[in-house]
Amino acid sequence: MSAFIRPSRRSLIKAAGASALLGGIGMPAISRAQSDVLRFGHLTPRTGFLGPLGEFAVMAADLAVEEINAAGGVMGRKLEILKEDSVNPQTASTKAERMIERDKVACIIGEISSASCLTIAQVAARTKTLYVNTGGNSDALRGANCNKFMFHVESQNSMYVKTCGRSLMQQGLVKGKKWFSLTADYAFGHDLLKVAKRFMEANGGQFAADKLVPTDLTDFSALLIEIRNAKPDLVISNLAGNQITNFLKQYSEFGLTFPVAGFGFDTALAWAAGKDNFGGTWPVVWHHLIDTPNSKKFVQAFTAKYKKPPENQAWGDYLAVKIFAQTMNEIKSSDSMKIIEHWEKGATFDVMKTREGYFRKSDHQMMHEMYTVQAVGASAKNQWDIFISSPAVPPANESLEIIATTAEENECKMA
Amino acid sequence: MSTLFLQQIANGLLDGVYYLLIALGLSLIFSLGGIVNLAHGAFYAIGAYLTVLLGPYIGFGGAMFVVPGLVAILGVLVERLLFQRFYRSDPILSLLLTFGLAMVAEQLLRMIFGAPPLSYSIPGWLRGQIFLGDFIYSRYRGTLILIAATCVLALWILLNRTAFGRVVRAGVQNPDMVGALGIALPPYMMAVAAIGIGLAGLAGVLLAPIYSIHPAMGQEIITPAFVVVVIGGLGSFWGVVAAALLVGVVKGATIGLGYPQFATAVIYLMMLLVLLFRPRGLFGERIQRFE
Repeated sequence: MSAFIRPSRRSLIKAAGASALLGGIGMPAISRAQSDVLRFGHLTPRTGFLGPLGEFAVMAADLAVEEINAAGGVMGRKLEILKEDSVNPQTASTKAERMIERDKVACIIGEISSASCLTIAQVAARTKTLYVNTGGNSDALRGANCNKFMFHVESQNSMYVKTCGRSLMQQGLVKGKKWFSLTADYAFGHDLLKVAKRFMEANGGQFAADKLVPTDLTDFSALLIEIRNAKPDLVISNLAGNQITNFLKQYSEFGLTFPVAGFGFDTALAWAAGKDNFGGTWPVVWHHLIDTPNSKKFVQAFTAKYKKPPENQAWGDYLAVKIFAQTMNEIKSSDSMKIIEHWEKGATFDVMKTREGYFRKSDHQMMHEMYTVQAVGASAKNQWDIFISSPAVPPANESLEIIATTAEENECKMA
Repeated sequence: MSTLFLQQIANGLLDGVYYLLIALGLSLIFSLGGIVNLAHGAFYAIGAYLTVLLGPYIGFGGAMFVVPGLVAILGVLVERLLFQRFYRSDPILSLLLTFGLAMVAEQLLRMIFGAPPLSYSIPGWLRGQIFLGDFIYSRYRGTLILIAATCVLALWILLNRTAFGRVVRAGVQNPDMVGALGIALPPYMMAVAAIGIGLAGLAGVLLAPIYSIHPAMGQEIITPAFVVVVIGGLGSFWGVVAAALLVGVVKGATIGLGYPQFATAVIYLMMLLVLLFRPRGLFGERIQRFE
């Protein structure tokens, strides 16, 4: 035991820094180049706090491509999808650029982080390539930051807030009631908080407290103590990703009984919390229990392939790939400008719900039905069916646009 | 001071315990072998995943004993096959090694269990709350604190009151002298790695019911745990304990004062201050070979 090299205190401190770096490195993917195929680019976070949702997106995109090729491909060509981990906004834009310039993809699909959506959209606009956002919710993407080459299959924050808000009004949890809100402290959360405040103030509610929560905070006990002390009428979650699971598990652990609702949600996070811990009222863009023929077909195919039901993020990416293929086959072109023209003219799509959906011309937001789900608790019959759904929102006699931003609320000026 | 603020301080004391089991192992392995174990968080994650995997068969109580043992065995393998080659080299090499190991482990968890988080709930017999006047606490966390406190005490006794501990402490101070006295350190190194990594596995079991279980969970906890070690001071057992509690209290106070958005940033600020004014850490001991 002679030659021990002396580790210094400095190396320990360097290590603390290096451990922070661990979070920043994603897995590289291998992209292939072939000439007799049509290529789509798919970018979504596969690591980090949104990674769990990205995984569903990737599985669904693969399934869609498989089905499209089985049905003859796109314009007679085989469809190939290049998939990469978008990691963060900077990497997302670099990878989008490489997919477009080197791999000559016809379009880009994907994302969950609103911040990465924005950087990809900038590349899309510069290169005049179409980008369909499948998971970024921020209103600003359809508002101040909207652009001609970006369309949104994912609903905007306003649609989530107004959908869940309707259910909360019916339960008498808005007018004259005190809300305690927890908001993820980044772009998505801030945007959502703004929209939630607008809804609450317009409908006569008020805040007991409104707290920003760092995305890397895993322990909610201190906030639960604050909530218990404030005795709110409703606890509102504007959280994101794993935060929601941590919050649900610990809220149930502390046995707090104030009603819970949220304005941003993904079913995978409820599944991760488990039926014993999942509670409250939440809005979703789609879920696996929707009773329409095409929705059931999708759930069946996905479950057969992956041994678990799809969550809402899977719906978004599956649908986006399908919409692109359907459009290209219909108009016999993969030219971005022609597709934009077709979509802006009001083309409608089967979005696996009761009504067809379409992209609104003014901000390129998909107009479609939404749902709210409510936890059923420990009596759930399995680990997946842990909630029951409201009927489609808005109901059949109302315009789909009623839950989206109004012309006054929306700052989009399409160039 | 309001009772709410006092509650936050008390809760903060308990909050700090989560980092403790991780930080103690890190500190031990670094003090003795000079290995900066960035993969320590991965063993915590493996502990949590094993709990989900084995829980249905052996129950949570069973997992509490079996899983740390399994993780410790994994730790011994890693120590024998990898760590021990790096005891004599520049720490930057072991840092690179464990950095890579952490990534491999995370990716393996993702490949085996999938990226979506898994669910695991507090067992029925540990559910419920404790009320002390106005103070609310979960029964589960109360139990968790007791287990952690027992581990800390047992570890302290092992290091300070046994022949094993004497050799380990001597090895920390001066491995050459220990060798000169005819004591072979490698078995001790192996035991220390097993204990440190086993504790990380135990933390995985204990936190699985209340935190989200996902492949990157190790990386989530490793950075704050390192910060605790740096604040506490290298080689100081009680320094790490005090730092973990202090980090919890400062976090609690930050939230109690109404600034939850700074709750995680504040611990890095503490590290900065400690490094500026007490680079050896709060209770850092003078270790001959690290000076």
